[in-house]
Amino acid sequence: MSENGPVISIRDLHKIYRMGEVDVAALRGVNLDVERGEFVAVVGPSGSGKSTMFHIVGGLTPPTSGEVYVHGRNLADMTEVERTRMRRTEVGFVFQKYNLLPTLTARDNIAIARHIAGKPLELDDGFREVLDLLGIGHRLDHKPSAMSGGEQQRVAIARAIVNHPSILLADEPTGNLDTKTSEAVLSILRGLNERLGQTILMITHNPDAAAVADRIVHMRDGRIVP
Amino acid sequence: MVNKLVFENLKHRPVRTLLSVLAIAVEVTMMLTVVGLSRGMLEDSQRRARGAGADIWVRPPGSAAIGLSGAPMPEKMVEFFRKQEHVVIATGSITHPIGGLNTVVGIVFDEFNRMCGGFKFLEGGPFTGQGDEIIIDERYALQNDLHAGDTIQVLNRPWKIVGVVEPGKLARLIVPLKRLQELTGATGKLTQVFIKLDDPANTDKVIASLKQKLPDYQIYSIDEFTSLFKVDNIPGLRAFIYVIIGLSVVVGFLVVFLSLYTAVLERTREIGILKSLGATRAYILNVLLRETALLAVFGSIVGILFTFGTRAAIMTLVPASLTQRIVPDWWPIAGAIALTGALMGAAYPGWKAANQDAIEALAYE
Ligand SMILES: Nc1ncnc2c1ncn2[C@@H]1O[C@H](COP(=O)(O)OP(=O)(O)OP(=O)(O)O)[C@@H](O)[C@H]1O
Ligand SMILES: [Mg+2]
Repeated sequence: MSENGPVISIRDLHKIYRMGEVDVAALRGVNLDVERGEFVAVVGPSGSGKSTMFHIVGGLTPPTSGEVYVHGRNLADMTEVERTRMRRTEVGFVFQKYNLLPTLTARDNIAIARHIAGKPLELDDGFREVLDLLGIGHRLDHKPSAMSGGEQQRVAIARAIVNHPSILLADEPTGNLDTKTSEAVLSILRGLNERLGQTILMITHNPDAAAVADRIVHMRDGRIVP
Repeated sequence: MVNKLVFENLKHRPVRTLLSVLAIAVEVTMMLTVVGLSRGMLEDSQRRARGAGADIWVRPPGSAAIGLSGAPMPEKMVEFFRKQEHVVIATGSITHPIGGLNTVVGIVFDEFNRMCGGFKFLEGGPFTGQGDEIIIDERYALQNDLHAGDTIQVLNRPWKIVGVVEPGKLARLIVPLKRLQELTGATGKLTQVFIKLDDPANTDKVIASLKQKLPDYQIYSIDEFTSLFKVDNIPGLRAFIYVIIGLSVVVGFLVVFLSLYTAVLERTREIGILKSLGATRAYILNVLLRETALLAVFGSIVGILFTFGTRAAIMTLVPASLTQRIVPDWWPIAGAIALTGALMGAAYPGWKAANQDAIEALAYE
């Protein structure tokens, strides 16, 4: 694991989804370096491949061609076990569709991430404060079906950061939030980035949200554009 | 935490959970009932054989020890037995099958009554010697809703029930020996002779001397005779038990397979989420196996409870034909068999779940 150099390095990344007879080229040669502790906003039109890129970087799905290095290690050279460990310990993922476990309460959705990581289930006071800042402290005993989209989104954010991953991949974390909660989420992310030095990649359609980042990357038609 | 997830998953689909538990319960009940029935019926036969009160049973040459067939022996043999040393009572009887598992037994009432320590009449009383008379035991009376004074058809003729006795004395249907001999064309013949001694301690001595004098006859002490009532001495019984257990396992396997297979398909997304959080294959397999184990444990408990129900049903409906024992020593065995079948059923769905591509799962729908 190289201590210097970019935390994430993407080289000529291609991803083709095969939908029956039709091939959909979601990524057509992405190149991107993200430095340690950088806060990068990814913007671009719908269908430009932003989520696909995140999924590949998070080790959730393999690319069709090209390379992704995380902490200097090529994902393609990792075994499934190593990629699983990376997801468990290095990367936090906020899905565009939240992806909470429907049978568990908000509290347990967060706790199971702790459990999978082999960490104590008790939430420390600092994290309780984060939950209050997110405005979900009083909703913890509800199941996703009883929560609004915005609340589910914030639970998904809490779940992604509860293990203090060194890399946070947030796919439209403020997509469903009003201005006020949006600002709360952004300030939490900013805080994590500044206090803990977490590297954050955030997809957003909102220029105000993108403005919080150190750098804005534009995507179009499966490529990074200037 | 995993237990919570498992529990919530089971709660999430209550009907499927209930049906899986029920199916495993039926599986366990089937196993326990077939074992309990074979044990109960053998024990009931033993108890009734002992209830005759004889120390020695003599059956003619060439007859099967258990079972109804038998080359008959001449009635005058009884006199011979009476003359032997230590013999207090010797009395003959004839056993005749009347379909199903039932038999009717002809006895010399006074002699037999003395030997067995006396019939306990719940209704009516002994034979009066007028017409065709029959004594039945309580279970037969219950099963067929009969009382003293009623008439029943046995051997294609009507018999008047003169008495209902407590069960446990050899047979459920008892008629006078002479009449049964006439009706079955066996006048002067016996199926077996019961011998009561002055002291049971003399049994071995008497048997040894009888065997010397009647080398072809089958002569058993009551302990030897009742020890013949074993699963392995009933032709095909063990195989039958194995077949029922085998079928039960197949049922449990298929039900769990189907239940978990649909659960895995339905939870593709959840499994993807767990994987995205870094859950290993072992973690996901663990979730499904625990769910299976829980179904099997609940199913086994319910299945054990069901056996009390089947026993109660048998006791009320067919107490004379069937006897079911509750077999606690088989509870863990049946539970383990059900669990094994269930885990086998979980194997393929579990493997499928653990190997799902995470993001494909999240893109599902
Ligand atoms: N699992 C999939 N199977 C098939 N095609 C897919 C899949 N996921 C994405 N695609 C296709 O790949 C292209 C890029 O999708 P992607 O989700 O990466 O876009 P995006 O930039 O995140 O869009 P949005 O802003 O709407 O979220 C789209 O054309 C999409 O239809
Ligand atoms: Mg997207």
